[in-house]
Amino acid sequence: MHFLIHRLASMFLVLFVIITATFLLMHAIPGGPFTTEKNLPEAIQKNMEERYHLNDPLWKQYADYLAHVASGDLGPSFKYENRSVNDLIRESFPVSAELGVIAIFWAICLGIPAGIIAAVYHNRWPDYIAMFLTTIGISVPGFILAALLIFVFALQLGWLPAALWEGPSSTVLPALALTGLPTAFIARLTRSGMLEVLNQDYIRTVRAKGLSQYTILTRHALKNALIPVVTYLGPLIAGILTGSFVIETIFAIPGLGRHFVTSIYNRDYTVILGITIFYSALLVTLNLLVDIVYALLDPRIKLNEGKDD
Amino acid sequence: MNWKNILFSIFLIAITGSLLTGCLTAQKSSKNALRYSAGAEPQTLDPRKSTGLPEANIEAQIFEGLTTIGPNGQPLPAVAEYWTISADGLHYKFFLRKNARWSNGDPVIAKDFEYAWKSALNPKLASEYAYQLYYLKNGEAYNKGFTDETQVGVNALDAHTLEIDLEQPTAYFLSLLAFHTYYPVHLQTVQNNDLWATEPKTLVGNGPFKITNWIHNSKIEFSQNDFYWDIDKVKIKSLEFILTESSAAELAMFENKQIDVGENIPVSEYPRLLDAGVLKINPFLGTYFFCFNTTKPPLDNPKVRKALSLAINREELIQHVTKGGQKPALAWVPYGLADAAGTADFRLVGGSYLQDNDIATARRLLAEAGYPEGQGLPVIALLYNTNEMHKAIAEAVQEMWKKNLGISVNLTNQEWKVFLNSRHKGDYQIARHGWIGDYADPMTFIDMFMSDSGNNDAQYKNPEYDRLVKAAKSASDPRLRMQIMHAAEQLLFDDAVLAPVYFYTRPLLIRPSIKGVLHSVLGVIYFKEAYIEQ
Repeated sequence: MHFLIHRLASMFLVLFVIITATFLLMHAIPGGPFTTEKNLPEAIQKNMEERYHLNDPLWKQYADYLAHVASGDLGPSFKYENRSVNDLIRESFPVSAELGVIAIFWAICLGIPAGIIAAVYHNRWPDYIAMFLTTIGISVPGFILAALLIFVFALQLGWLPAALWEGPSSTVLPALALTGLPTAFIARLTRSGMLEVLNQDYIRTVRAKGLSQYTILTRHALKNALIPVVTYLGPLIAGILTGSFVIETIFAIPGLGRHFVTSIYNRDYTVILGITIFYSALLVTLNLLVDIVYALLDPRIKLNEGKDD
Repeated sequence: MNWKNILFSIFLIAITGSLLTGCLTAQKSSKNALRYSAGAEPQTLDPRKSTGLPEANIEAQIFEGLTTIGPNGQPLPAVAEYWTISADGLHYKFFLRKNARWSNGDPVIAKDFEYAWKSALNPKLASEYAYQLYYLKNGEAYNKGFTDETQVGVNALDAHTLEIDLEQPTAYFLSLLAFHTYYPVHLQTVQNNDLWATEPKTLVGNGPFKITNWIHNSKIEFSQNDFYWDIDKVKIKSLEFILTESSAAELAMFENKQIDVGENIPVSEYPRLLDAGVLKINPFLGTYFFCFNTTKPPLDNPKVRKALSLAINREELIQHVTKGGQKPALAWVPYGLADAAGTADFRLVGGSYLQDNDIATARRLLAEAGYPEGQGLPVIALLYNTNEMHKAIAEAVQEMWKKNLGISVNLTNQEWKVFLNSRHKGDYQIARHGWIGDYADPMTFIDMFMSDSGNNDAQYKNPEYDRLVKAAKSASDPRLRMQIMHAAEQLLFDDAVLAPVYFYTRPLLIRPSIKGVLHSVLGVIYFKEAYIEQ
């Protein structure tokens, strides 16, 4: 309980620092939401700034913003008329999250078994094949994989749509493109974790007791081998659920990922801040969950260890 | 069960499952809908507030102004059946069609126009495009808060008669009326609901189509507006606008038959698509140019500017770099604008003001300016906004200036809004620029270089130029007006304020079976009379 209160307090502190830093950095970039190719008459610029309170002193804008955020209101978008940042996240996050869940599901289902196989057949051909594939998975960027998938499955074979978000068929290619890197990463982490665990004394002991390979792996080795994977899963899930700019652009998917980049181009201040807060909150929450899962996986890890340092 | 079997079956299920689910449900574009890739998610669909082309393209399907643009760019009667214009060109009277109706069945009345324009000018609405209505008498004064809305020169005399007073005679006012800022809005709906333009239910329009579904950042679905007065001409039953900014996705969707019409495709694919007969290159009212900061030495010397402009090989640039079938620009105002009513193209009448790749003259001018062979000339900085195509053009021009004139140029790129900020403030020597006309008249280009124009990034100040533009603006004789504008353009090139590069084109990716799509010179696409040939 102590641990939780402690962690929650530090989470809010982290969020506060992030909001402040983002707010200052964002206002430091030249150009604003209403900078356009056609220079506006001064009166119109003034009308627009007044409407969005951009003519207030910066400290007041900051204070007003914090007050709104505290009440859960992330403000209106400057670019999209009459749409709030809350709306924007509400509409686009489920899309990114759906795609992300599919991608993470495949990453775990493929990555962990591949890592186990590679570890069990250490330095034999299944290991070499798995490591060859993961090297490709890590080094080939998502957009290349996406282009390749579109070319083969959409343009050549015509089995799947090339883009858009319309029904289950349209999730396949983007999910595959998105899952390449994390699958490879998870496979490698599982393999190295597994190799380390398999060489430990307690595994030798259970082996000596005559347990089957299957039981050794699933009951005794896997739990400990998975700790690095769990560490990686926290930020991975936060990153994948909030969408990828590249994949969403290539597949024309209405997700949240694109807003991370476009809002900065547009100097859409409230959107920049809103999704930064959303992402950060998700990330710190998942990191907290990861710490809790550690304790479940390995009773030697104590949650309030940090306090005694 | 053996663990190996379990793992193996997970593998199999994962791979085949993900592919199979997709294949079974794979779907091509909906049967009867015409699908158009429409670019970015619209910022707003309130015609009083929208500014961009993606928004204008959507609004052009669901709204209609007093006039509309015809196939040759001429204004045609739309909601207005006919009109009268006073001799001094200041007073217009429009007579609205009795059968013009909103998508909810209500008649389109003069009051809808009056309300739309006055509310667009209302400082509280804070519309970025309010200045498009500054032509109206007291429009600017009201927008700036100097007077109240009763003074604005638009009044509904009765349900079907609209009276308009202008600040000064405006020869192109009838074309302007086809522009989206001049569309009407449904008074009853808009008055009581600030959010009316965000929901298909309340987005009442008076155009050939109406929106039935809007999935943000994904697509907008349209069906016919049964109440539209000219519905007999509307043949497409349903229309879908796909919202994506990725040119690669757009091309892939076209080849996968997920879309039928598109505009944003990778330049490298043009030759192949032209050969395949699915790409049409339409004219577009815009000029790509390099803007000189006329206050920064050595560019404050017109001879240096002129030498730089002459030493660009535009033909070569278009053939090898831009490859979009653009026309070399040897003047400021692009093709596609009528000269004095009923006569030829403004550009053809005006001709060219410089010769492409005229290196001999360029060298002579540079020597006259005191920099023979470029000697003694400091390194010049060229600024462009980060983009592969702008970079390629800047590099080619850098090379041409080095080779032809011995001038060294440094290239700098900046992110779009940082770039705009630098250019507006005059914080550059030479900057990449592209100007797209707002309305179909040379004035949309000519008045940009007036001393007090907010868009005069060249910082060009010439009282003679200002005098000419003012004279053109108040001239009521169309022939005289055109003559003055030609003279102003001549002056612009005598002073070499800019180095034009090319006149824009607007490629249209379209299946050969689709006919009747109107693509105006301002870039707006109209699907009203589109049909699919069987």
